Amino acid sequence: MYQTKYHKPASVDEAVAALSSAEDGKVLGGGQTLLPTMKQHLAAPTDLVDLRGIAGMDAISAADGVLTIGAGARHADVAASATVREAIPALACLAGGIGDPAVRSMGTIGGSVANNDPAADYPAAVLGLGATVVTNSREIAADDFFEGMFSTALGEDEIITAIKFPIPSSAGYTKFPNPASRYAMVGVFVAQTGGGARVAVTGAGQDGVFRAEMMENALSSSFEAGALDGATVDSRGMLSDIHGTAEYRAHLVSVMAKRAVDSAV
Amino acid sequence: MTQIKMTVNGKSASADVPDNTLLSEFLRENLRLTGTHVGCDTSQCGACVVHVDGRAVKSCTVLAASLDGADVTTIEGVANGKELHPMQAAFKKHHGLQCGFCTPGMIMSGIDMVSRYQAEGQALTEDAIRHELEGNICRCTGYHNIVKAIEDAADQMSAPAQAAE
Repeated sequence: MYQTKYHKPASVDEAVAALSSAEDGKVLGGGQTLLPTMKQHLAAPTDLVDLRGIAGMDAISAADGVLTIGAGARHADVAASATVREAIPALACLAGGIGDPAVRSMGTIGGSVANNDPAADYPAAVLGLGATVVTNSREIAADDFFEGMFSTALGEDEIITAIKFPIPSSAGYTKFPNPASRYAMVGVFVAQTGGGARVAVTGAGQDGVFRAEMMENALSSSFEAGALDGATVDSRGMLSDIHGTAEYRAHLVSVMAKRAVDSAV
Repeated sequence: MTQIKMTVNGKSASADVPDNTLLSEFLRENLRLTGTHVGCDTSQCGACVVHVDGRAVKSCTVLAASLDGADVTTIEGVANGKELHPMQAAFKKHHGLQCGFCTPGMIMSGIDMVSRYQAEGQALTEDAIRHELEGNICRCTGYHNIVKAIEDAADQMSAPAQAAE
Protein backbone atom coordinates (compact mmCIF):
# COMPACT_ATOMS: atom_id res chain seq x y z
CA MET A 1 0.00 0.00 0.00
CA TYR A 2 1.31 3.43 -0.93
CA GLN A 3 1.64 6.00 1.82
CA THR A 4 -1.45 7.98 2.69
CA LYS A 5 -2.48 10.52 5.29
CA TYR A 6 -5.04 9.33 7.83
CA HIS A 7 -7.70 11.69 9.20
CA LYS A 8 -10.29 10.94 11.87
CA PRO A 9 -12.67 13.92 11.99
CA ALA A 10 -15.20 14.26 14.80
CA SER A 11 -18.00 15.75 12.68
CA VAL A 12 -19.40 15.52 9.14
CA ASP A 13 -18.38 19.15 8.50
CA GLU A 14 -14.80 18.40 9.48
CA ALA A 15 -14.85 15.32 7.26
CA VAL A 16 -16.06 17.34 4.26
CA ALA A 17 -13.38 19.97 4.97
CA ALA A 18 -10.67 17.29 5.15
CA LEU A 19 -11.86 15.79 1.86
CA SER A 20 -12.00 19.08 0.01
CA SER A 21 -8.55 20.16 1.15
CA ALA A 22 -7.01 16.81 0.12
CA GLU A 23 -5.38 16.40 -3.27
CA ASP A 24 -7.05 13.01 -3.83
CA GLY A 25 -8.98 12.15 -0.70
CA LYS A 26 -11.19 9.14 -0.12
CA VAL A 27 -13.75 8.39 2.56
CA LEU A 28 -12.95 5.36 4.74
CA GLY A 29 -16.05 3.56 6.01
CA GLY A 30 -15.15 0.09 7.26
CA GLY A 31 -12.32 -0.31 4.75
CA GLN A 32 -13.25 -3.83 3.70
CA THR A 33 -13.13 -2.93 0.01
CA LEU A 34 -11.03 0.22 -0.01
CA LEU A 35 -8.06 -1.20 1.94
CA PRO A 36 -7.71 -4.35 -0.22
CA THR A 37 -7.99 -2.10 -3.30
CA MET A 38 -5.21 0.12 -1.95
CA LYS A 39 -3.06 -2.93 -1.16
CA GLN A 40 -3.36 -4.00 -4.78
CA HIS A 41 -2.34 -0.47 -5.86
CA LEU A 42 -5.67 -0.10 -7.66
CA ALA A 43 -6.30 2.99 -5.54
CA ALA A 44 -3.76 5.33 -4.01
CA PRO A 45 -5.58 8.17 -2.25
CA THR A 46 -3.35 10.86 -0.78
CA ASP A 47 -5.69 11.13 2.19
CA LEU A 48 -8.10 8.82 3.97
CA VAL A 49 -10.97 10.41 5.88
CA ASP A 50 -12.25 7.90 8.42
CA LEU A 51 -15.89 8.45 9.42
CA ARG A 52 -15.74 6.23 12.52
CA GLY A 53 -14.89 9.12 14.84
CA ILE A 54 -18.21 10.84 14.12
CA ALA A 55 -20.67 10.22 16.95
CA GLY A 56 -24.09 8.91 15.95
CA MET A 57 -23.15 7.87 12.40
CA ASP A 58 -24.11 4.27 13.16
CA ALA A 59 -27.56 4.99 14.64
CA ILE A 60 -30.51 2.85 13.59
CA SER A 61 -34.11 3.97 14.15
CA ALA A 62 -37.61 3.40 12.82
CA ALA A 63 -40.45 5.93 12.87
CA ASP A 64 -43.45 6.86 10.70
CA GLY A 65 -42.98 3.97 8.31
CA VAL A 66 -39.31 4.74 7.65
CA LEU A 67 -36.26 2.78 8.80
CA THR A 68 -33.19 5.03 9.01
CA ILE A 69 -29.76 3.44 9.13
CA GLY A 70 -26.70 5.60 9.74
CA ALA A 71 -23.99 5.28 7.08
CA GLY A 72 -21.53 4.01 9.67
CA ALA A 73 -23.68 1.06 10.77
CA ARG A 74 -21.71 -2.13 10.28
CA HIS A 75 -23.21 -5.14 8.54
CA ALA A 76 -23.12 -7.14 11.79
CA ASP A 77 -24.99 -4.32 13.58
CA VAL A 78 -27.70 -4.21 10.92
CA ALA A 79 -28.01 -8.02 10.89
CA ALA A 80 -28.39 -8.14 14.68
CA SER A 81 -30.54 -5.02 15.13
CA ALA A 82 -33.93 -5.75 16.69
CA THR A 83 -35.24 -2.57 15.00
CA VAL A 84 -34.19 -3.76 11.52
CA ARG A 85 -35.43 -7.32 12.13
CA GLU A 86 -38.80 -5.92 13.14
CA ALA A 87 -39.12 -3.32 10.37
CA ILE A 88 -37.53 -5.03 7.34
CA PRO A 89 -36.41 -8.61 8.16
CA ALA A 90 -35.14 -9.10 4.60
CA LEU A 91 -32.67 -6.27 5.12
CA ALA A 92 -31.31 -7.80 8.35
CA CYS A 93 -31.00 -11.11 6.52
CA LEU A 94 -29.20 -9.47 3.58
CA ALA A 95 -26.72 -7.76 5.93
CA GLY A 96 -26.05 -11.08 7.68
CA GLY A 97 -25.09 -12.65 4.37
CA ILE A 98 -22.50 -10.10 3.24
CA GLY A 99 -18.92 -11.36 3.03
CA ASP A 100 -18.00 -13.35 6.14
CA PRO A 101 -18.30 -12.68 9.90
CA ALA A 102 -15.01 -10.75 10.17
CA VAL A 103 -15.89 -8.58 7.18
CA ARG A 104 -19.32 -7.91 8.70
CA SER A 105 -17.59 -6.72 11.88
CA MET A 106 -16.06 -3.83 9.96
CA GLY A 107 -17.85 -3.12 6.68
CA THR A 108 -20.48 -0.37 6.69
CA ILE A 109 -23.69 0.26 4.77
CA GLY A 110 -22.50 3.71 3.69
CA GLY A 111 -19.28 2.29 2.29
CA SER A 112 -21.08 -0.42 0.36
CA VAL A 113 -23.64 1.94 -1.14
CA ALA A 114 -21.07 4.63 -2.04
CA ASN A 115 -18.79 2.06 -3.70
CA ASN A 116 -21.63 0.54 -5.77
CA ASP A 117 -19.76 -2.65 -6.55
CA PRO A 118 -21.73 -4.51 -9.25
CA ALA A 119 -21.81 -7.61 -7.00
CA ALA A 120 -22.56 -5.85 -3.70
CA ASP A 121 -25.73 -6.80 -1.81
CA TYR A 122 -26.84 -3.48 -0.31
CA PRO A 123 -27.47 -1.65 -3.62
CA ALA A 124 -30.18 -4.24 -4.37
CA ALA A 125 -31.96 -3.37 -1.11
CA VAL A 126 -31.57 0.38 -1.56
CA LEU A 127 -32.99 0.25 -5.10
CA GLY A 128 -35.47 -2.54 -4.38
CA LEU A 129 -37.01 -0.66 -1.47
CA GLY A 130 -36.91 2.72 -3.21
CA ALA A 131 -34.79 4.10 -0.38
CA THR A 132 -33.39 7.60 -0.08
CA VAL A 133 -29.66 8.23 0.26
CA VAL A 134 -29.02 11.08 2.69
CA THR A 135 -25.77 13.00 2.28
CA ASN A 136 -24.19 15.98 4.02
CA SER A 137 -25.88 18.28 1.50
CA ARG A 138 -29.02 16.65 0.06
CA GLU A 139 -31.27 13.62 -0.26
CA ILE A 140 -31.03 11.44 -3.37
CA ALA A 141 -33.69 8.93 -4.44
CA ALA A 142 -32.30 5.43 -5.09
CA ASP A 143 -33.60 5.60 -8.67
CA ASP A 144 -31.30 8.58 -9.29
CA PHE A 145 -28.38 7.40 -7.16
CA PHE A 146 -26.88 4.38 -8.92
CA GLU A 147 -25.32 5.46 -12.21
CA GLY A 148 -23.46 2.34 -13.31
CA MET A 149 -20.68 0.06 -12.17
CA PHE A 150 -18.77 1.74 -9.28
CA SER A 151 -20.50 4.98 -10.21
CA THR A 152 -23.05 7.02 -8.23
CA ALA A 153 -24.60 10.48 -8.16
CA LEU A 154 -22.35 11.46 -5.24
CA GLY A 155 -20.38 14.65 -5.80
CA GLU A 156 -16.63 14.93 -5.27
CA ASP A 157 -16.68 15.80 -1.57
CA GLU A 158 -20.14 14.47 -0.74
CA ILE A 159 -20.54 12.04 2.15
CA ILE A 160 -23.41 9.62 2.74
CA THR A 161 -24.68 10.12 6.28
CA ALA A 162 -27.68 7.74 6.33
CA ILE A 163 -30.04 5.66 4.23
CA LYS A 164 -33.81 6.00 4.70
CA PHE A 165 -35.78 2.88 3.82
CA PRO A 166 -39.57 3.08 3.48
CA ILE A 167 -40.91 0.04 5.33
CA PRO A 168 -42.61 -2.29 2.79
CA SER A 169 -45.53 -4.62 3.50
CA SER A 170 -43.17 -7.47 2.67
CA ALA A 171 -39.75 -7.98 1.14
CA GLY A 172 -37.29 -10.77 0.37
CA TYR A 173 -33.72 -11.13 -0.85
CA THR A 174 -32.07 -14.19 -2.34
CA LYS A 175 -28.66 -14.47 -3.91
CA PHE A 176 -26.70 -17.09 -5.76
CA PRO A 177 -23.18 -16.73 -4.43
CA ASN A 178 -20.23 -17.56 -6.63
CA PRO A 179 -19.06 -20.89 -5.18
CA ALA A 180 -15.48 -19.63 -4.78
CA SER A 181 -15.60 -15.90 -4.07
CA ARG A 182 -19.07 -15.97 -2.44
CA TYR A 183 -19.89 -12.67 -4.16
CA ALA A 184 -23.40 -12.57 -5.60
CA MET A 185 -23.44 -13.83 -9.19
CA VAL A 186 -27.07 -12.81 -9.04
CA GLY A 187 -28.94 -11.30 -6.10
CA VAL A 188 -32.58 -10.27 -6.32
CA PHE A 189 -34.39 -8.03 -3.85
CA VAL A 190 -38.18 -7.95 -4.13
CA ALA A 191 -40.52 -5.67 -2.19
CA GLN A 192 -44.24 -5.17 -1.99
CA THR A 193 -44.78 -1.45 -1.43
CA GLY A 194 -47.68 0.98 -1.46
CA GLY A 195 -46.62 2.02 -4.96
CA GLY A 196 -46.55 -1.54 -6.32
CA ALA A 197 -43.89 -4.21 -6.44
CA ARG A 198 -40.21 -3.42 -6.88
CA VAL A 199 -37.53 -5.82 -8.07
CA ALA A 200 -33.83 -4.92 -8.00
CA VAL A 201 -31.05 -7.14 -9.32
CA THR A 202 -27.40 -7.06 -8.29
CA GLY A 203 -24.40 -9.07 -9.48
CA ALA A 204 -25.74 -9.64 -12.97
CA GLY A 205 -25.95 -6.35 -14.84
CA GLN A 206 -23.19 -4.76 -16.91
CA ASP A 207 -24.15 -1.40 -15.41
CA GLY A 208 -24.47 -2.61 -11.84
CA VAL A 209 -27.72 -2.82 -9.93
CA PHE A 210 -30.92 -2.41 -11.99
CA ARG A 211 -34.70 -2.77 -11.73
CA ALA A 212 -36.44 -5.62 -13.55
CA GLU A 213 -39.54 -3.92 -14.91
CA MET A 214 -41.27 -6.92 -16.45
CA MET A 215 -41.01 -8.69 -13.11
CA GLU A 216 -42.25 -5.63 -11.24
CA ASN A 217 -45.34 -5.48 -13.45
CA ALA A 218 -46.03 -9.18 -12.95
CA LEU A 219 -45.64 -8.96 -9.17
CA SER A 220 -47.71 -5.77 -8.93
CA SER A 221 -50.69 -7.77 -10.23
CA SER A 222 -50.02 -10.69 -7.93
CA PHE A 223 -47.18 -10.86 -5.41
CA GLU A 224 -46.42 -14.56 -5.66
CA ALA A 225 -43.68 -16.60 -7.30
CA GLY A 226 -46.05 -18.08 -9.89
CA ALA A 227 -46.75 -14.61 -11.25
CA LEU A 228 -43.14 -14.52 -12.46
CA ASP A 229 -43.61 -17.39 -14.92
CA GLY A 230 -42.53 -15.98 -18.27
CA ALA A 231 -41.23 -12.72 -16.78
CA THR A 232 -37.58 -12.41 -17.76
CA VAL A 233 -34.71 -9.98 -18.03
CA ASP A 234 -32.87 -9.38 -21.30
CA SER A 235 -29.58 -11.31 -21.37
CA ARG A 236 -28.03 -8.59 -23.55
CA GLY A 237 -27.44 -6.37 -20.53
CA MET A 238 -25.93 -9.14 -18.38
CA LEU A 239 -22.33 -9.70 -17.35
CA SER A 240 -20.58 -12.60 -19.02
CA ASP A 241 -17.37 -14.06 -17.63
CA ILE A 242 -15.66 -17.34 -16.71
CA HIS A 243 -18.18 -17.81 -13.89
CA GLY A 244 -21.26 -17.68 -16.09
CA THR A 245 -22.57 -16.48 -19.42
CA ALA A 246 -25.03 -13.64 -19.85
CA GLU A 247 -27.78 -16.16 -20.66
CA TYR A 248 -27.00 -18.15 -17.52
CA ARG A 249 -27.16 -15.02 -15.37
CA ALA A 250 -30.44 -13.91 -16.98
CA HIS A 251 -31.89 -17.33 -16.18
CA LEU A 252 -30.60 -17.10 -12.60
CA VAL A 253 -32.37 -13.75 -12.18
CA SER A 254 -35.74 -15.46 -12.78
CA VAL A 255 -34.91 -18.30 -10.40
CA MET A 256 -33.62 -16.00 -7.64
CA ALA A 257 -36.59 -13.63 -8.07
CA LYS A 258 -39.03 -16.48 -7.46
CA ARG A 259 -37.11 -17.65 -4.41
CA ALA A 260 -36.98 -14.06 -3.10
CA VAL A 261 -40.77 -13.78 -3.43
CA ASP A 262 -41.22 -17.13 -1.67
CA SER A 263 -38.98 -15.95 1.18
CA ALA A 264 -40.62 -12.53 1.48
CA VAL A 265 -41.93 -11.52 4.90
CA MET B 1 2.66 9.22 11.11
CA THR B 2 -0.05 8.75 13.70
CA GLN B 3 0.44 8.32 17.41
CA ILE B 4 -1.59 5.36 18.65
CA LYS B 5 -2.13 3.76 22.00
CA MET B 6 -4.05 0.52 22.28
CA THR B 7 -4.41 -2.34 24.68
CA VAL B 8 -3.10 -5.61 23.28
CA ASN B 9 -3.71 -8.78 25.29
CA GLY B 10 -4.27 -6.66 28.39
CA LYS B 11 -1.06 -4.66 28.05
CA SER B 12 -0.76 -1.09 26.88
CA ALA B 13 1.03 -0.64 23.54
CA SER B 14 1.94 2.77 22.12
CA ALA B 15 3.71 3.68 18.92
CA ASP B 16 4.09 6.30 16.25
CA VAL B 17 3.11 4.39 13.10
CA PRO B 18 3.11 5.26 9.40
CA ASP B 19 -0.52 5.87 8.40
CA ASN B 20 -0.55 2.94 5.97
CA THR B 21 0.46 0.39 8.65
CA LEU B 22 -1.93 -2.55 8.84
CA LEU B 23 -2.92 -3.96 12.21
CA SER B 24 -1.33 -7.29 11.18
CA GLU B 25 1.98 -5.50 10.51
CA PHE B 26 1.78 -3.57 13.76
CA LEU B 27 1.17 -6.75 15.76
CA ARG B 28 3.84 -8.82 14.02
CA GLU B 29 6.55 -6.25 13.41
CA ASN B 30 6.18 -3.66 16.16
CA LEU B 31 4.98 -5.93 18.95
CA ARG B 32 6.61 -9.16 17.70
CA LEU B 33 3.33 -11.01 18.23
CA THR B 34 3.88 -13.37 15.32
CA GLY B 35 1.10 -15.77 16.26
CA THR B 36 -1.20 -13.70 14.03
CA HIS B 37 -0.48 -15.11 10.58
CA VAL B 38 -0.75 -13.37 7.23
CA GLY B 39 -1.87 -15.91 4.65
CA CYS B 40 -3.43 -14.26 1.63
CA ASP B 41 -3.13 -10.60 2.59
CA THR B 42 -6.30 -10.02 0.54
CA SER B 43 -8.84 -10.46 3.39
CA GLN B 44 -10.01 -13.86 2.25
CA CYS B 45 -8.17 -16.56 4.20
CA GLY B 46 -8.78 -15.46 7.80
CA ALA B 47 -5.39 -16.56 9.17
CA CYS B 48 -4.94 -13.02 10.52
CA VAL B 49 -8.20 -12.83 12.51
CA VAL B 50 -7.89 -11.08 15.88
CA HIS B 51 -10.48 -9.52 18.18
CA VAL B 52 -10.89 -5.74 18.24
CA ASP B 53 -13.22 -4.44 20.96
CA GLY B 54 -14.74 -7.89 21.21
CA ARG B 55 -15.33 -8.52 17.49
CA ALA B 56 -13.43 -10.79 15.12
CA VAL B 57 -11.73 -8.77 12.37
CA LYS B 58 -9.18 -9.48 9.66
CA SER B 59 -6.11 -7.67 10.93
CA CYS B 60 -4.70 -7.43 7.39
CA THR B 61 -7.65 -5.21 6.50
CA VAL B 62 -7.60 -2.66 9.31
CA LEU B 63 -5.30 0.33 9.63
CA ALA B 64 -3.41 0.49 12.93
CA ALA B 65 -3.86 4.28 12.86
CA SER B 66 -7.64 3.82 13.10
CA LEU B 67 -7.39 1.84 16.33
CA ASP B 68 -6.26 4.45 18.84
CA GLY B 69 -7.88 3.42 22.14
CA ALA B 70 -8.91 -0.02 20.92
CA ASP B 71 -8.76 -3.24 22.92
CA VAL B 72 -7.10 -5.98 20.85
CA THR B 73 -6.80 -9.68 21.64
CA THR B 74 -4.55 -11.95 19.59
CA ILE B 75 -3.94 -15.70 19.72
CA GLU B 76 -1.18 -14.99 22.27
CA GLY B 77 -3.78 -13.52 24.63
CA VAL B 78 -6.39 -16.26 24.89
CA ALA B 79 -4.69 -18.82 27.15
CA ASN B 80 -4.76 -18.37 30.90
CA GLY B 81 -1.05 -18.65 31.67
CA LYS B 82 -0.08 -22.23 30.81
CA GLU B 83 -3.68 -23.35 30.71
CA LEU B 84 -4.97 -23.45 27.15
CA HIS B 85 -8.20 -21.69 26.24
CA PRO B 86 -11.00 -24.30 25.81
CA MET B 87 -10.93 -23.58 22.07
CA GLN B 88 -7.19 -24.27 21.89
CA ALA B 89 -7.56 -27.42 23.98
CA ALA B 90 -10.38 -28.66 21.73
CA PHE B 91 -8.33 -28.12 18.56
CA LYS B 92 -5.54 -30.16 20.18
CA LYS B 93 -7.91 -32.90 21.33
CA HIS B 94 -9.76 -33.25 18.01
CA HIS B 95 -6.71 -32.84 15.80
CA GLY B 96 -8.21 -29.67 14.33
CA LEU B 97 -4.95 -28.72 12.67
CA GLN B 98 -2.27 -30.20 10.50
CA CYS B 99 0.26 -27.61 9.27
CA GLY B 100 -1.15 -25.09 11.75
CA PHE B 101 -0.88 -22.02 9.58
CA CYS B 102 -4.60 -21.19 9.62
CA THR B 103 -5.04 -22.23 13.25
CA PRO B 104 -4.61 -18.83 14.98
CA GLY B 105 -7.38 -17.41 12.80
CA MET B 106 -9.54 -20.51 13.23
CA ILE B 107 -9.25 -20.27 17.02
CA MET B 108 -10.02 -16.55 17.09
CA SER B 109 -13.01 -16.98 14.74
CA GLY B 110 -14.13 -20.01 16.76
CA ILE B 111 -14.10 -18.09 20.04
CA ASP B 112 -15.93 -15.19 18.40
CA MET B 113 -18.71 -17.34 16.96
CA VAL B 114 -19.27 -19.23 20.20
CA SER B 115 -19.44 -15.95 22.16
CA ARG B 116 -21.88 -14.38 19.70
CA TYR B 117 -24.20 -17.39 19.57
CA GLN B 118 -24.14 -17.82 23.34
CA ALA B 119 -24.85 -14.10 23.89
CA GLU B 120 -27.87 -14.36 21.58
CA GLY B 121 -29.00 -17.65 23.13
CA GLN B 122 -28.78 -19.38 19.73
CA ALA B 123 -27.67 -22.96 19.18
CA LEU B 124 -24.33 -23.23 17.38
CA THR B 125 -25.12 -26.23 15.20
CA GLU B 126 -22.65 -28.03 12.96
CA ASP B 127 -24.25 -26.29 9.96
CA ALA B 128 -23.93 -22.92 11.64
CA ILE B 129 -20.23 -23.55 12.41
CA ARG B 130 -19.53 -24.44 8.78
CA HIS B 131 -21.34 -21.30 7.64
CA GLU B 132 -19.56 -19.13 10.21
CA LEU B 133 -16.20 -20.44 8.97
CA GLU B 134 -16.84 -18.95 5.54
CA GLY B 135 -14.01 -16.47 6.02
CA ASN B 136 -11.40 -18.94 7.29
CA ILE B 137 -9.64 -21.15 4.80
CA CYS B 138 -7.78 -24.36 5.73
CA ARG B 139 -5.98 -26.33 3.03
CA CYS B 140 -5.03 -29.37 5.16
CA THR B 141 -7.80 -30.71 7.31
CA GLY B 142 -10.91 -30.70 5.17
CA TYR B 143 -12.54 -28.84 8.09
CA HIS B 144 -14.23 -31.84 9.73
CA ASN B 145 -12.00 -31.84 12.80
CA ILE B 146 -12.08 -28.06 13.04
CA VAL B 147 -15.87 -28.21 13.17
CA LYS B 148 -15.75 -30.97 15.81
CA ALA B 149 -13.28 -28.92 17.87
CA ILE B 150 -15.47 -25.82 17.80
CA GLU B 151 -18.56 -27.86 18.72
CA ASP B 152 -16.72 -29.37 21.68
CA ALA B 153 -15.25 -26.02 22.76
CA ALA B 154 -18.71 -24.43 22.63
CA ASP B 155 -19.88 -26.98 25.23
CA GLN B 156 -16.81 -26.29 27.40
CA MET B 157 -17.23 -22.52 27.09
CA SER B 158 -20.87 -22.65 28.20
CA ALA B 159 -20.12 -24.92 31.17
CA PRO B 160 -18.91 -22.23 33.63
CA ALA B 161 -21.95 -20.05 32.85
CA GLN B 162 -24.32 -22.94 33.55
CA ALA B 163 -22.46 -23.86 36.73
CA ALA B 164 -22.86 -20.31 37.99
CA GLU B 165 -26.63 -20.36 37.53
